[in-house]
Amino acid sequence: MQTFTQTMLPTLLAGISAGGQYALIALGYTMVYGILRLINFAHGDIFTVAGFVMFYAITVMPVYLAIPFTIFVTVLLGFTVERLAYKPLRSAPRMSVMISAIGVSYLLQNLMWYITGGQPQQYPVIPWISDKVVILGQETKRVTVITPILTVVLILILLLLIKRTKIGLAMRAASRDFETARLMGVKINGVISMTFVIGSFLAAVGSFLFFSNYSTVSPTVGTMPGLKAFVAAVFGGIGSIPGAVVGGFIIGICENIIRALGYSTFSDAFTFALLILVLCLKPTGLFGEKLEEKV
Amino acid sequence: MMKTKNNSAKTLLMGLVVIAVLAVLSVGAEAIANSASSLSIMLAVLKKATVYALLAVSMNLLNGFTGLFSLGQAGFMLVGAYTYAILTIPAAKRAGVYQYYDGGVVKFSIPEVFSGVLGESIGPVVGMVLTLVICGLLAAFFGWLIGLPVLRLKSDYLAIATLGFAEIMRTFIQFEGFAPLTNGSNTLRQYTTFKHLYPYVIVVGICILILVLLINSTYGRAFKAIRDDEIAAEAMGINLAKHKMMSFVISSFFAGVGGGLMAMYMSSVQAKGFTSAMTYEILLMVVIGGIGSISGSIIASFLFIGCSEWWLRFLDDPANNIGGLSLLAPGFRMVVFSVFIMIVVLFFRRGLMGDKEFPDLFRRGKRQKKGAAGK
Repeated sequence: MQTFTQTMLPTLLAGISAGGQYALIALGYTMVYGILRLINFAHGDIFTVAGFVMFYAITVMPVYLAIPFTIFVTVLLGFTVERLAYKPLRSAPRMSVMISAIGVSYLLQNLMWYITGGQPQQYPVIPWISDKVVILGQETKRVTVITPILTVVLILILLLLIKRTKIGLAMRAASRDFETARLMGVKINGVISMTFVIGSFLAAVGSFLFFSNYSTVSPTVGTMPGLKAFVAAVFGGIGSIPGAVVGGFIIGICENIIRALGYSTFSDAFTFALLILVLCLKPTGLFGEKLEEKV
Repeated sequence: MMKTKNNSAKTLLMGLVVIAVLAVLSVGAEAIANSASSLSIMLAVLKKATVYALLAVSMNLLNGFTGLFSLGQAGFMLVGAYTYAILTIPAAKRAGVYQYYDGGVVKFSIPEVFSGVLGESIGPVVGMVLTLVICGLLAAFFGWLIGLPVLRLKSDYLAIATLGFAEIMRTFIQFEGFAPLTNGSNTLRQYTTFKHLYPYVIVVGICILILVLLINSTYGRAFKAIRDDEIAAEAMGINLAKHKMMSFVISSFFAGVGGGLMAMYMSSVQAKGFTSAMTYEILLMVVIGGIGSISGSIIASFLFIGCSEWWLRFLDDPANNIGGLSLLAPGFRMVVFSVFIMIVVLFFRRGLMGDKEFPDLFRRGKRQKKGAAGK
């Protein structure tokens, strides 16, 4: 028992915490994919922008303002990206939209590099969540503990939103059949914007948690968590909200176990190997719905 | 049948002439670049752009001509770059490069082996070219290996699986267990490289010529048929699995050769640099040039590298600021450049050339006829 709390517990805690962060980012991917069938490559960069906005905001305003401000800017960015870069390509082939997403990612990275001068920045310490707490004899940051709780709470709210509200109904309709939903009077552009708003909001929350643990922000830091969150979304079944969450937690925990076993070089490779395995064996993921082939 | 044979012979001849002319021009360009220190960047840009031209064309074969949206380019380039570097570090310098691993496990250098057999002047060149072929073959082998599982996937799933593969390659190369071979996460350097611009031009030219001949062959037509409509292509008797694999392996081969050339150009390689961002840049070149146009890819890679490395440099210099604005600062060039790329992606989706080739621009009537038949 003693050895368990000493060796496994920190790993599990770190894993669950990382998993929660992946889950929050993965939701942004999975919701967008569910409706637009688009891998939003820029999502990881939006997450990084949130990190930088917080870094700058904290220098001019108190924390209780900086957090909502960061969320607001991130949501605005997500909304703007959709309107400027994806909306004009609504009737274009899927490949064009994906290329546009890659272009946005390239633009955001270059923009961040320009504004920050390419230097990694120290993420501000957010009081309370960065405090040290002791759990079963192990010292850790409070953020590690609140991440899974916050993630679960946010997801429950999201599920309520999707199952019980009108906009949620519209989202489900749009993800089931885009064209028919449109014919039934669903204001598709509003629905898509809403998806991006929710996705960016969750990415902003994810960024507070992630960077409080990770502590430095650089223009490309979001690429890896972004890709991993995408893997989580695919693993859980793309388009499925519980899937993204389960996927996020599984990847976070497995990665930290691999790291604890001393193979930290392979923790990234594991994630992608898992992706290829899932895609080959069960492309619909754990909870995904079967997509029909349309000729 | 006779006609296609004649056509490909004509293309081959034309291509060789063009390569010869470009090689001569590149000797001239090098002389100009060396004449003034302000122009020295031109040589670097030309070398880099030449290498990227091959990479863009090899990606275009897959994404533009076969319709397989793959993002694994950086992975195959990594294989090529490491193969080249490992096989050409002179034996005497190995102890220094592999300082933590007793000089590594590979104790010979292919260019040196050949200079022993064929003499000092021709041996190293033969060795280097042969090593580039090995780079390609190894990358092609990996392409085949990866292709087995992932080519069954469709569009964006294929993209993300190949992207994942590239990341896996990067991890494995940096793995300590392979360090005596790959030098772990340390750089590989001091290997033999082409000193001048013209060998790059000749190697890249020949590779692209081979790709042009391939695309104009029956295989190329099969690739295009798969791109346009998979189900129809299958109904016409095209073996989908075989042709997709072929396109994937060939593209990997040339990405490997390109990776080897890239290693030469950079004069030191480290796995860390071969990120997905590199693949994205090549993809953007293909898009700017026109998906499905070889000459477009070539022109776009020169424009892309020229803009990002050279012509827009003035935007990075705070000394060029006009008035009270302090917009110009390091990094601004890339912002302007990426905004420009977004404009192309959004509003000029066909890119510079669409799916036409450079010679088509001079053949009006023929082009229109082709266009009507193609779409």
